[in-house]
Amino acid sequence: MAHTGRRDAPELPDFSLLKRLARDQLIYLLEQLPGKKDLFIDADLMSLLDRIANVTTLKQHEVDKLYKVELKPIVSTSDQLCFLIRPRIQTVKWIADIVNSDKASGRFRRYKIIFTPQKFYACETVLEEQGVYGDVTTDEWAFYLLPLDDDIISLELPEFFRDNFLEGDQRWVTTAGSALRLVYSLYGPFSKVYGIGRCAKMVYESWRDQVEDGEQKARQPEIGNVFLIDRDVDFVTPLCSQVVYEGLVDDIFRIKCGSVEFGPEVTSSDKSLKVMVNSQDKVFNEIRNEHFSNVFGFLSQKARNLQTAYDKRRGMDIQQMKTFVSEELKGLKQEHRLLSLHIGASECIMKKKTKQDFQELLKTEHSLLEGFEVRECISFIEEHINRQISMIDSLRLLCLLSITENGLLPKDYRSLKAQYLQSYGIEHLLTFANLKQIGLLVEQQPGETLTVMESKVGKLVNDKTAGKLTDAFSSLAKKSNFRALSKRLVLIPKSGEEYDLRVPRDMAYIFSGAYIPLSCKLIEQVLERDGWTGLEEVTRMLNGHEFAVTGGTNGTEARIKTDPQRIILVMFLGGCTYSEISALRFLGREKGYKFIVLTTAITNSARLLEALLDNHA
Amino acid sequence: MAFVTANWNPLGEAFYRKIELYEMGWNLKDGLRECLVAAAPYGGPIALLKEPQRRSPSVRPQLEIYSSSGVAMASFPWKSGVVKQLGWTVCDDLLCIQEDGTVLIYDLFGNFKRHFSMGNEVGQSQVVEAKVFHSPYGTGVAIVTGASRFTLATNIDDLKLRRLPEVPGLQGAPTCWAVLTQDRQSKVLVATGADLFILDYTSPPGLSPQATSIVHMCVSFSYKYLALFTDSGHLWMGTANLKEKLSEVETKVRNPPKQMAWCRRPKSQQPSVVIMWDGHILVAGECKNTISYHLEGVSILVPELDGVRIINGTHHELLQEVPASCEEIFKIASMAPGALLLEAHKEYEAASFGKCFLSNFPPEPFVSMCRDLRVLNAVRDYTVGIPLTHTQFKQMTVQVLIDRLVYRKLYPLAIEICRYLKTPEYQGVSRVLKHWACCKVQQKEEADEVIARAISLKLGEAAGISYSEIATKAYECGRTELAIKLLEFEPRSGEQVPLLLKMKRSQLALSKAIESGDTDLVYTVVTYLKNEMNRGDFFMTLRNQPVALSLYRQFCKHQEQDTLKDLFNQDDDHQELGNFYVKASYKEKAQIGHLQSAVDEYNKAKNEFAAKATEEEMRLLRFQKKLEEEKGESLVGFSLHDTIRTLLAVGLHKHAEQLYKDFRVPDKRYWWLKLTALAEKEDWEEIEKFAKSKKSPIGYLPFVEICVKHHNKYEAKKYVSRVTPEQKVKAHLAVGDLEGAADAAIERRNDGEISTVLSRCSPSTDRALVERLNRAKATAAKK
Repeated sequence: MAHTGRRDAPELPDFSLLKRLARDQLIYLLEQLPGKKDLFIDADLMSLLDRIANVTTLKQHEVDKLYKVELKPIVSTSDQLCFLIRPRIQTVKWIADIVNSDKASGRFRRYKIIFTPQKFYACETVLEEQGVYGDVTTDEWAFYLLPLDDDIISLELPEFFRDNFLEGDQRWVTTAGSALRLVYSLYGPFSKVYGIGRCAKMVYESWRDQVEDGEQKARQPEIGNVFLIDRDVDFVTPLCSQVVYEGLVDDIFRIKCGSVEFGPEVTSSDKSLKVMVNSQDKVFNEIRNEHFSNVFGFLSQKARNLQTAYDKRRGMDIQQMKTFVSEELKGLKQEHRLLSLHIGASECIMKKKTKQDFQELLKTEHSLLEGFEVRECISFIEEHINRQISMIDSLRLLCLLSITENGLLPKDYRSLKAQYLQSYGIEHLLTFANLKQIGLLVEQQPGETLTVMESKVGKLVNDKTAGKLTDAFSSLAKKSNFRALSKRLVLIPKSGEEYDLRVPRDMAYIFSGAYIPLSCKLIEQVLERDGWTGLEEVTRMLNGHEFAVTGGTNGTEARIKTDPQRIILVMFLGGCTYSEISALRFLGREKGYKFIVLTTAITNSARLLEALLDNHA
Repeated sequence: MAFVTANWNPLGEAFYRKIELYEMGWNLKDGLRECLVAAAPYGGPIALLKEPQRRSPSVRPQLEIYSSSGVAMASFPWKSGVVKQLGWTVCDDLLCIQEDGTVLIYDLFGNFKRHFSMGNEVGQSQVVEAKVFHSPYGTGVAIVTGASRFTLATNIDDLKLRRLPEVPGLQGAPTCWAVLTQDRQSKVLVATGADLFILDYTSPPGLSPQATSIVHMCVSFSYKYLALFTDSGHLWMGTANLKEKLSEVETKVRNPPKQMAWCRRPKSQQPSVVIMWDGHILVAGECKNTISYHLEGVSILVPELDGVRIINGTHHELLQEVPASCEEIFKIASMAPGALLLEAHKEYEAASFGKCFLSNFPPEPFVSMCRDLRVLNAVRDYTVGIPLTHTQFKQMTVQVLIDRLVYRKLYPLAIEICRYLKTPEYQGVSRVLKHWACCKVQQKEEADEVIARAISLKLGEAAGISYSEIATKAYECGRTELAIKLLEFEPRSGEQVPLLLKMKRSQLALSKAIESGDTDLVYTVVTYLKNEMNRGDFFMTLRNQPVALSLYRQFCKHQEQDTLKDLFNQDDDHQELGNFYVKASYKEKAQIGHLQSAVDEYNKAKNEFAAKATEEEMRLLRFQKKLEEEKGESLVGFSLHDTIRTLLAVGLHKHAEQLYKDFRVPDKRYWWLKLTALAEKEDWEEIEKFAKSKKSPIGYLPFVEICVKHHNKYEAKKYVSRVTPEQKVKAHLAVGDLEGAADAAIERRNDGEISTVLSRCSPSTDRALVERLNRAKATAAKK
């Protein structure tokens, strides 16, 4: 790592406990259905399950065959079927169909549904409506948290984002509350909880309620402070192209559950290779947070070091050689393998990203962030759409334009949308409806008056519940205020100055020195001020819903900056990007904090926008 | 103090004493004569029914309820049928067993609670005798009818009547009987002549041969022992299973006793039986001698765990074996430590004097005993009237004592005791307060506001109070408004929901469910509303609750598409309806009909943009369909862009041109499209024609780049000259002409461009060029 952190950085808690708990519970649940059984697993739980229990473990508990849930008729011959699924209506309906068709053909089987992390009443309603409630037993696998790395924990619930921020469906709030409660009971108590966003506040309340029901134990905390933040507080950051290595790998190869599949163009063989990308990978660990422009230099240095290590063999006697082979060679080989893999990946990234259009894309993004030459940016976007370069990238630029400019001019709004529809089809009318709903792509409103929708929403909210949660669609009434926020929080470093990406001076390095991520800046400011004082103007522009609450422990103790006090859990509701994690790691090194990121899922611009498309649902 | 032993009487090894508990507060004209009396164990209340046989409506018998000290708690004329027996349940409810087999239940204050029947067959033959008994399973009732049939219910709260088999050879009523609880079963023990029946025919071992008939019997408090009194005046004592005989005492009295009760306590030295006749009682134990007491007026015996209480018209006494510790202290010439301590205490007047001499004695038992004694003194007080002994108190536990106080509405005392004994709040104070509040809501004369305020004031922040329980009580009393007011105090919104639904306040229930943040609860209410309301009202309700609406919409999206449409219709949400139809159109493979509906809806929603876009889509769709039929080219479902590209690719230039004009495709897009399509086919000739057709709206750099992309530098070079000056350098570089790029850059004196060209030069091969560029750079910098 090019930059050395402060020496006194505290140790991170051990999160492998979470995996052990999950595995034990799963085994217990499987044992509740004794005898041989076939197990059907939701497609998106496959990789998740991989991290918890391997096939051998499952076989040991009498799982005969494993199937992926495909919502098609099944071919299993087993007398016992077990379904491990997310609580989704579609899947439950599919299971009900299986049960009913078995009944129709006079076949008797036992069925068990294990919902994870919890079941919803609506799912049971479906079982009831389909007349199979009595034929199926249900259980919950309370698997809330998957540690992806030493400092990343994920709920692996990508649908949280769409359900909560677009559909106004708050069913996952309790889930997030339970997840926080789990962290609290294992690594708490927390001394202070900060947060911003409607959902953050609700999750905080849900957690509070759950904790009040249970007893509190006095224990040495392993996590000091908690920061909860809604994804819709900052949409700009996840919409920007990622240029830090880990983020790039995610943008291009898509990291899934902490592992990535490198295709033949990376492995330079005819096979694809699945590798875990985390701190266990020594090579990756050193370059993950680096700006891509430094990665090659680093990798070649690494290759030279490796060669030197290999070269040590020369002139060794037998005994030394023996020691070398038994102690060092394996490590070197491993490192060698990883190194060639990451060099392959970097080459592949280079090919895609150093092309001229990518440079121009970045230039446009930076101009938008700065609010500079906006007309040129619009022409660029127009051409991007007209040439059908990338459906998602065009949409991303449109959204970035809308947020940074507080909406599009009516003329641009219409013409850009029309051109987009010509390129990608009428179904994107629904995409645009969704983007408008969530506030990502809107028309500029003349003046500061309340919009029609705002007043409509306002009427719906009765006085009593206004403070709590009634209006599910607050995003309608929201303006991004990005320009003003950026000025107040100094998110855009002064242009013209040379920014040395090898020696970053602030978090802006993750975007080539062009922009400090708003989300991370807020966290930095709040931690520095120990609350929201002095940030009133900022929170007003972010639509409020900020809070700072002292936790269960007494206040005087919290004043002393003990080690756990400098371990900070940041919970992103609606997903966070690898770039943000890199930025927080940087901030931690600078200030002597350790950040743990707890997110509903890892996201990036493509995932974010794909979740808002409506062409598949 | 000096005369502590004055009322002690020896019986065998042990002593017995009879002490006065209360001088009765009641004022009974005829004492207990011609009264049905029932006194509950553990110092419980006393019920009296005077002259129960009276039937005429003008003179009704009076039912009175008193505390153990004779303080009146209730009194009312008995208007129902003839009562054969009174009894108390474990929860201090009064059971009145009528001769027709009906059992009426009243509370401590004479409020009617409910009734049940001991069976239909009782009707004609009538109840001759009844007994109320207690067991670990609750309070039971046993009756015998005129036809000498026994019926028994072990627990009146879970009524299961058992009709017992006939007793063989029994003519008329049995002489006496008792209820036993053995092996987790309640049985009736019947005496006929000298024989006893349980279910088996049996006779007690070693019953005196002179006896020809058992005339009275009683079972001990614990159901372990049985005492029989025979017509020969013998008292037989033994175990209730009739396996063992303890002793037999000849009383020399041949009259059948009026009542009999075991007088023993746990670890008793000398279990004994108290036998009562008119005017006197006799205590008989294992030894041959007996103790005899004279009685004033009509009395009744109340068996207790550790003694027998005797109640008559004026007094209430306790007869018990003197506890061993008392005996040690007070026995004449006792040298036990307790006795010495007492002497010392008299000398020095220090209450806990002896403690100082004990080094290893833990203080807890001493402190807790002092506490217990204070509590006992408090409840024994005349105004409370619960004469508990310490043994009874320990057996019944504090919880039950608190319950008893609550039944008597002695809330302040109950709270004081809870606080004094440091009972955990949710079992103690909070529980009492909840009962108090439940009682308070029944005070019909007070206004809802007053009651609600009083309750909230008193309950305040007490832990673990469930306001919803109190509200349920209020609702059961028919005070819906009060119930709603009380629910407002319930901090957990989720708890309020079930009652609100029960009260049909569904709107409020929905709001509360939403407030709780528990979406499952919201969904429960939504499902309930869906079944309860008609569709219109249901939708209307949802409309005002966005959170519930979103949830329901999510559900409908997967389960009930049509409902979703109805929902949007109800809301006049034409925008969503439009979206709905658009979605339907591409789900069912480009249905023009759906799109037309979408257009109508978008128009209603005044969304011109969407309406126009949809109309265009319809036009495109018609065009695509037509062409598919004509040319067999698969086009349906393609976007305009993709359609044109496909047409160009297969050489249908005219059709492409038509679309370009009809849909007013921007020139730039069309040029890009055509250029790309031609390049794909490597139709260089056509490209050249195209480039010359008119001035390119996208410039000529794309021409250069696309040719290079398709590896045709020769063609690419043709267009370099037509590129605008700003893009010249790029164009030259694209075709690999460094020299040309350098010329262009130097000519434009653009520092950035010069640097770009420089970066592409390799110092070994292009040395002259590098020098030229560096010179130009230097001049540019000087300027």
